[in-house]
Amino acid sequence: MKITSFLATGATLLVLMAGSASAKTLVYCSEGSPEGFDPALYTSGTTFDAASHPIYNRLVEFETGTTNVIAGLAESWEASDDGLEYTFTLRQGVKFHSNDGFTPSRDFNADDVIFSFERQRLDDHPYHSVSGGTWEYFDGMSMPDLIKSIEKVDENTVKFVLNRPEAPFIANLAMDFASILSAEYGQAMSDAGTPEMLNQAPVGTGPFSFVAYQKDAVIRYAANQDYWKAPSTLDNLIFAITPDASVRYQKLLAGECHVMPYPNPADIEAMKADENVNVLEQEGLNVGYLAYNTTVAPFDNPNVRRALNMAIDKQAIIDVVFQGSGQIAKNPIPPTMWGYNDAIEDDAYDPDAARAMLEAEGVSDLSMKIWAMPVQRPYNPNARRMAELMQEDFAKVGVTVEVVSYEWGEYLSRSKELDRDGAVLLGWTGDNGDPDNFLAVLLGCDGQEASNRAQWCHEPFDNLIQQAKTVTDQAERTRLYEEAQVVFKEQAPWATIAHSVVYMPMRPEVENYIVHPLGGHIFYGVDLAE
Amino acid sequence: MLKYFLARLLTFLPTFVGVTLISFSFIRLLPGDPIIVMAGERGMSEERYNALMQEFGFDQPILVQYWDYLLGVVQGDLGQSFVTKRPVWDEFFALFPATLELSICAMIFAVMLGLPAGVIAAVNRGKLPDRLFMSIALVGYSMPIFWWALLLIIVFSGNLGMTPVSGRIDLLYYFDSTTGFMLIDSLLSGQEGAFRSAVRHLILPVIVLGTIPLAVIARQTRSAMLEVLSEDYIRTARAKGLTPARVNGIHALRNALIPVITVIGLMVGTLLAGAILTETIFSWPGIGKWMVDSIFRRDYPVVQGGLMLIAVMVMIVNLTVDVLYGFINPKIRKR
Repeated sequence: MKITSFLATGATLLVLMAGSASAKTLVYCSEGSPEGFDPALYTSGTTFDAASHPIYNRLVEFETGTTNVIAGLAESWEASDDGLEYTFTLRQGVKFHSNDGFTPSRDFNADDVIFSFERQRLDDHPYHSVSGGTWEYFDGMSMPDLIKSIEKVDENTVKFVLNRPEAPFIANLAMDFASILSAEYGQAMSDAGTPEMLNQAPVGTGPFSFVAYQKDAVIRYAANQDYWKAPSTLDNLIFAITPDASVRYQKLLAGECHVMPYPNPADIEAMKADENVNVLEQEGLNVGYLAYNTTVAPFDNPNVRRALNMAIDKQAIIDVVFQGSGQIAKNPIPPTMWGYNDAIEDDAYDPDAARAMLEAEGVSDLSMKIWAMPVQRPYNPNARRMAELMQEDFAKVGVTVEVVSYEWGEYLSRSKELDRDGAVLLGWTGDNGDPDNFLAVLLGCDGQEASNRAQWCHEPFDNLIQQAKTVTDQAERTRLYEEAQVVFKEQAPWATIAHSVVYMPMRPEVENYIVHPLGGHIFYGVDLAE
Repeated sequence: MLKYFLARLLTFLPTFVGVTLISFSFIRLLPGDPIIVMAGERGMSEERYNALMQEFGFDQPILVQYWDYLLGVVQGDLGQSFVTKRPVWDEFFALFPATLELSICAMIFAVMLGLPAGVIAAVNRGKLPDRLFMSIALVGYSMPIFWWALLLIIVFSGNLGMTPVSGRIDLLYYFDSTTGFMLIDSLLSGQEGAFRSAVRHLILPVIVLGTIPLAVIARQTRSAMLEVLSEDYIRTARAKGLTPARVNGIHALRNALIPVITVIGLMVGTLLAGAILTETIFSWPGIGKWMVDSIFRRDYPVVQGGLMLIAVMVMIVNLTVDVLYGFINPKIRKR
């Protein structure tokens, strides 16, 4: 009896080992738990990594590794001459995933596109209020005002009619909130009385299908063998949720995971030196800045703002605050973005010239506040330390700085006030790779008392970015944005501080991983060496 | 005994109301508007802000909000998480078994080592074992959990490769959760090696979480034993010629246990607090980490519901301890 059970045990182990050796499973030590699996309901990158990238597709997609928009579930699209109508020709033969409670009876078609957007747009849609119904990104990108109607031309053609021309519209459709869900699955779950399953047991067309999620512990996916592009060479994808960066690093070293995001800056040198770890790096699509209140004297004078910018030792900030994981920002948009004007020269660090310039403007004994954010962000890992360094820099040119901080919610709302006292440290991470998403949102006249923390409304600049919104020709848009950056540099409503550098440590057997500038962690196309 | 039990149970009710009030007001006392925090740098239009205020009921007077919350609690409805949009109740019970399993194992570890250590230290008062155990206990009590956990991971998982770094079970094993307790589920799954893997994953978190209770129990046992050992009846027992093992193990320890059980009951709160850090470091999917995340996100329903449920759990444990007293010491239930 004992011998039999021993043999049985041995046989089971062999089967398990054989199974694990033949199946390629990539384990990603993710930094947190997804809030859910319907990307339109949420705004965090952690949720997008777990939901929109593996499970879903969009009509158009960002090419991995760039901010270029390429065809996705739409094979092609064309815009009308007035920029008010966009017609999409849909890809045929695209299959949705199946799960225990649902097997699709048809391929992807126009109904799925209409379902995916109308549930966000129309208050009376049966899915509008399901799972809390907060469509933050759809609202945040002004889609309700922008879209006049969405029409099904035929099974494989959809037309979006807009209320005004908006060039970044196509880039918006590549964003996570625009992921395409199955209308048939929505109907099935609604009929079964469990509409929330759309958010809990997702069904998409993406390269991986959802298998299981154990909250705060692990998410499992299997490769979609019916994927409309070549199926993934990985058989399984596992997210092992590991919130602590030091622990993620230990797991990577122990071989418990293949890829990890967000390493501790202090560990990066050791990682680079370790032959069991490869570290990829790329500039993040973000900017950290100090926004003066340009409506309050003497900060309403561009020469004063430029003088102060010259007093800031940015290299010291990169070394101390970013510990090397950042690069100096000279423009308000990051260098990985199209439209970046590399010809612009940054203000040189020159305290003597800064002091002379302040004196020339009649500014002496200036006292000011610098607001330091209470939270950590990639574009500013330690705002308090950054503010202290600026305090020292400004003291050298005779400006006294008081560093202040508030609770995060308070900080965000009080920093919007038009008569705010002081310059604010803040930053921005791009949503759709379009310069409009930085320049219009953060510096346009419409953003005053909102996301434009400099309260800066400068007509020549605003004209350029408004014009760029309505032109669909990319070359023309690039020219307008480059010109806008020149105006920005002359006027200096901000001190542009830094763009973060994103590091991705991984095991040497991981192949073809590409760091995506929009911040997502994408495993389609990644392979594991045998 | 029944009367004693009912009397203890009656004190439950006002405490429960107090707990709902504290858990409701606690998160609201923190500065920060949950909707502005939710919107982040991106901000939100005023109409959208007002619509959300209305949707979550924040536009109501605070007393009305409390009343609605209390009505929900009585009907077993703790509301929905702002973030995941799932019922607080479901989330709590999906995560609680992991915390409970870890806490029970940590407590068993602490008692199994703490009691003998305390007894040995007391019997050898002033000698080497006493000094050694009590010094170790003091170090254990003072050690920051975060540092202690990382040290163990680096040594045992990193350098020696003896234990897994984090998680509850090897990712190779995959089965549906039946009870939520990984030790039991891994056995039920029938998968070879699953139970062993679950035990291996428990070792480091149990040591980390059990260290402070272990130190407290050891010190408490020592002082309780010392007090009992100086009693007349111990001298009598020794004079009767009983073996030291019998005197210490039966006559002394049993009487020394009452204060120790009190401490163990009180340690439940400490365990849950310690679980917050332990769970974060070891990626342990329990309620500790869930609560901390919710506080940062100002997820009111989770914070108030979770706090209340945790408080109720602690109250149940303390009620059990009270009842246990009654069994161990008849004088208490007659009072």
